[in-house]
Amino acid sequence: MTSGQTLLLATLLLPAIGALVAAGLPARLDRAGRICGTVFAAATAGVVVALGLSRTAGLGQRRIEPFAEIDLPWAPSLSLRFHIGVDGISYPLVALTALLTLLCCAYCLWRVPEPGRGRLLVSLLLVLQAGITGVFLALDLVLFFVFFEVVLLPMYAVIAVWGGTDRRRAARKFVLYTLFGSVLLLVGVFVVVASSGTGDLVALSDPAARPMSAGVQLLAFALLALAFAVKSPLWPLHTWLPAAHTEAPTVGSVILAGVLLKMGTYGLLRVAVGVAPDGAQRSAPVLGALATAAIIAGGLICLAQTELKRLIAYSSVGHMGFVLLGVATLTATGMQAALIGNIAHGVVTGLLFFVAGGIKDRAHTGELARLGGLRETAPVLSGVLAYAAIASLGLPGLAGFWGEAFAVLAAFERGGPLWTTLGVVAAVGAAIAAAYFLRLLRRITHGPAAPALAELGPAARLGPGELVAWSPLIGLALALGVAPALALHWSNSAILALAGVFGR
Amino acid sequence: MSVDPLGAALPAVPLGLGLAGLLLPYRMRGLSAVLGIGGAAVALACAIAVVLRGVRGADAGVTVAEFGRFPVTFGTWLDGPAGLVAVAVGVVALCVQVYSVAYLHDDERYAPYAAQVSLFTGAMLLVVVSGDLIALLVGWEVMGICSYLLIGHDRRLPEAPGAAVKAFLVTRVGDVGFLLGILLLGLHAHSFRIADVFAAAGSGALSAGTVTAACVLLLAGVAGKSAQFPLHTWLPDAMAGPTPISALIHAATMVAAGVYVVARLYPLFDRSPAALVVLAVMASVTMLLGALSALGQDDIKRVLAWSTVSQLGYMTGALAVGAPAAALFHLLTHAAFKALLFLAAGSVIHAVGNNRMSAMGGLRKRMPVTFWTMTIGLGALAGVPPLAGFWSKDAVLEAAAGSGPVPRGVALIVLCSAGATVAVTAAYVVRLWRRTFLGEPRSEAARTGHEPAWAMRGPLLVLAVPSGLLGLAGLAPGFGTRLGTAEPLAAVGWTTAVALVLLLAGGWVAWHRTSRGDLVAPDTGPGRLLANAFYLDSVQDALVTRPVVALAGLARRADERLVDGAVEGVGAGTGALGGLLTRAHAAALPRAATAVLGGAVVIAIVIAVVLGVTR
Repeated sequence: MTSGQTLLLATLLLPAIGALVAAGLPARLDRAGRICGTVFAAATAGVVVALGLSRTAGLGQRRIEPFAEIDLPWAPSLSLRFHIGVDGISYPLVALTALLTLLCCAYCLWRVPEPGRGRLLVSLLLVLQAGITGVFLALDLVLFFVFFEVVLLPMYAVIAVWGGTDRRRAARKFVLYTLFGSVLLLVGVFVVVASSGTGDLVALSDPAARPMSAGVQLLAFALLALAFAVKSPLWPLHTWLPAAHTEAPTVGSVILAGVLLKMGTYGLLRVAVGVAPDGAQRSAPVLGALATAAIIAGGLICLAQTELKRLIAYSSVGHMGFVLLGVATLTATGMQAALIGNIAHGVVTGLLFFVAGGIKDRAHTGELARLGGLRETAPVLSGVLAYAAIASLGLPGLAGFWGEAFAVLAAFERGGPLWTTLGVVAAVGAAIAAAYFLRLLRRITHGPAAPALAELGPAARLGPGELVAWSPLIGLALALGVAPALALHWSNSAILALAGVFGR
Repeated sequence: MSVDPLGAALPAVPLGLGLAGLLLPYRMRGLSAVLGIGGAAVALACAIAVVLRGVRGADAGVTVAEFGRFPVTFGTWLDGPAGLVAVAVGVVALCVQVYSVAYLHDDERYAPYAAQVSLFTGAMLLVVVSGDLIALLVGWEVMGICSYLLIGHDRRLPEAPGAAVKAFLVTRVGDVGFLLGILLLGLHAHSFRIADVFAAAGSGALSAGTVTAACVLLLAGVAGKSAQFPLHTWLPDAMAGPTPISALIHAATMVAAGVYVVARLYPLFDRSPAALVVLAVMASVTMLLGALSALGQDDIKRVLAWSTVSQLGYMTGALAVGAPAAALFHLLTHAAFKALLFLAAGSVIHAVGNNRMSAMGGLRKRMPVTFWTMTIGLGALAGVPPLAGFWSKDAVLEAAAGSGPVPRGVALIVLCSAGATVAVTAAYVVRLWRRTFLGEPRSEAARTGHEPAWAMRGPLLVLAVPSGLLGLAGLAPGFGTRLGTAEPLAAVGWTTAVALVLLLAGGWVAWHRTSRGDLVAPDTGPGRLLANAFYLDSVQDALVTRPVVALAGLARRADERLVDGAVEGVGAGTGALGGLLTRAHAAALPRAATAVLGGAVVIAIVIAVVLGVTR
């Protein structure tokens, strides 16, 4: 094994081992279990950094060119292979997953939501990390599907055990809705494997080795795209998201919005577009139109929301609309925009959900009508909320801007009346985003202090867990805004190769 | 791949210090003040160094990202106007920072305030020095968000949060166009460097239609930032911000940015007569609308706010008739006298504890420094020779009277509107001057008001110098060259004479009528029309705000009832079906046994049929 392969395997195995260790400790060692899990999460993050440092320039021979790769036979009789690898498109997402998991575990050192048993929560977070990382690393369709499903149950448990009052209903809706998506994914995977005789993504990305007819490609793309649209989520397949977010505990929301949704957009880019480009080509206008509708619908719904976490959840629908619009253009510009949009959304919305959790912990309510005057009683908390909201509304100079502006540019690049209109409408959506975030800030931070926030006392200050978990995200939102190359320099050549299929 | 270090330092120092200042706790007032004043002082020093060093071309910039085949670079372009406008920004920012130390002496949220002023200054300087459209957009929008934060600063004013939101949203609506215009230019020029875009326009890579579309889109953003009709409505409401912030927004930052950007991109606008006609119409409406609305206000800051709207109309008018140098000249003189006027108004408000002119009067004797400096500022605003505004306004009028890139008739509209505005400006200036400083005090506070601390008086005296003398710089040929014109900027011609006659007429009428109460009686129809600025706020509310809110409510209900309703319906339907089947299965033994036997018979028949068919 080369060092790259060892690191690759470690990014998958370390969280899994950490999860076992944390869950295996007895209840009286709850805090030790959480510390143990956090140490494993930190070790994984270190491994991911080392993996990034080990990156070498590719040779440009294959369309997917991992800089670390493991390819072992798994079930030879079924021609299944354990094929994982990391390239410029997946690495930023793997890094984001490692970062957010570490921050969530660290947050759990100080704050465990009801009903306690923090070591189990940490353990589930690590299982989630292993599953999500597996999705980003998998280079075999069946393996991809397996990891995609691994994520489902731990997330269900996180919402159903540590969630709010209506948690069971929300968790059930989440699991059933996304299972429906998974069925489509499974059918799509089998359509591809049956018609082309291989599930290997690297092989499938080569047009010469893709014997699928145009009709089969369209079918495969439609099935896969629908499956990923549920996960992303794409309007109008999004209604599991607000319920899940409103009820999930803070760390659950952060992981859900920060990285779990990215499995959908990543899958669309890597699997659906990569495997069935002709199908993508033919479906692109529909996908683009739905993505733009999501931007506008998400924005308008946010403008009429009355609950903090629901509002942020719906803002995710709008933001993922920009990401999907970028993918739908099938241009290198749009795909790059989608990638940085993904990362930025993970960082900024992760921060927003952390802050929203902080507010709900203190005020014991998320109803906007019962909040107000936060800057009078908790100025630092209010400042972080304002910062996160401003970053989320796509202010140039902070992370959220790049993905949105360049998705619009990519739509213009496609040209023609349809795509130009979509670009203009999407840009209007950015103004709506400003409107609902400023409405949110006006309700929560300005004015006289509401009774729910009036008597905070020393609780108004940020706790150590909050400081540790939030400050990296605050810094990253600014760093990505000033130097987007932090996320983009990994992927430019990989994206150019992918978009090269379409001659763009 | 290089960036001019001086040009980079200009925005980077205040931005960096501003970000650092945001991290300071509230109790560290001293350090906050040091960071704020230090940032502005360093920026001013850099700006002066840039001017002394001479004019430079655009540098290559550094690549910050690559989106497919679109590189995004950040670079600087320190041409003549950039240096001079940067100096104006630096001077005003420094005055505002010093003044704020005294003005906010008992405000516990001074620390973030000073930091936000630094960010604001840095963002404006980024717009000024940037040689790239994307970097320019960053400064442009950061400025917008800083204005939002600062206008909403005052917690005692219930209208402040609303005014702050309005300022950001109205400008953001314009910025949709601004972003689209930038993307259109970048798309066709394959670069966001301003120099490359100019080259592409020159070589024909940008078609005439593209240039016109991009310029008109950019004008939407300019109308938002520079408060041009119909996106001017946010500016008077922005008076809810602390007075030094009004000075900052109205003088050298924010509203100046739109005018500056059009001047910076003038080689593009020059190629698009259609966009210039749009600008000319906007300018003509804005200058007269602003001046007339200023006549009807009782709040001293709102008078000044509407005067800014009107003066910005002069600048955009000059741009429309093909005289960017005159526009920049007026931008610089206006920066000086408007900053002075706001800071002086702040000192009056500080003394009287009230914004309303009906509660002032007779302050001349008790506040001599404020009175004399404000008189200079008002004279410059009205265009009294030889004060600053006289020369720059004259340059605008002369440009409108000359030949330019727009059709003759359009230039004539600008000229007539500008002439009428001269008379109305003189009228509201005299009204403000007389009602604030002369006559008998109309309230107890006005009777006992006194001069503020020296930290507040000092900036007034400093700003009075350029307000009085900056216009004379227009006589120097080197100044005009820096602003991009070969001809002397300050000259006297027939337009000067006409303007002086209109000035005297407007002033005389106002003096005459204010001796018997207010100029326009506030409770009459015309009075209400002017005080409400032609009810354009209500129009905006009815045409945009309320429909959007209604649409949002509709979208939410549709999402909950239809989209989610369908999902829930499927779930409930499946559950109900399951219940039905459960009940069907919960049968007593005889019926169950019959059913099993029946089932066995059915299966047997099916097997028999299938076997029969296959055979």
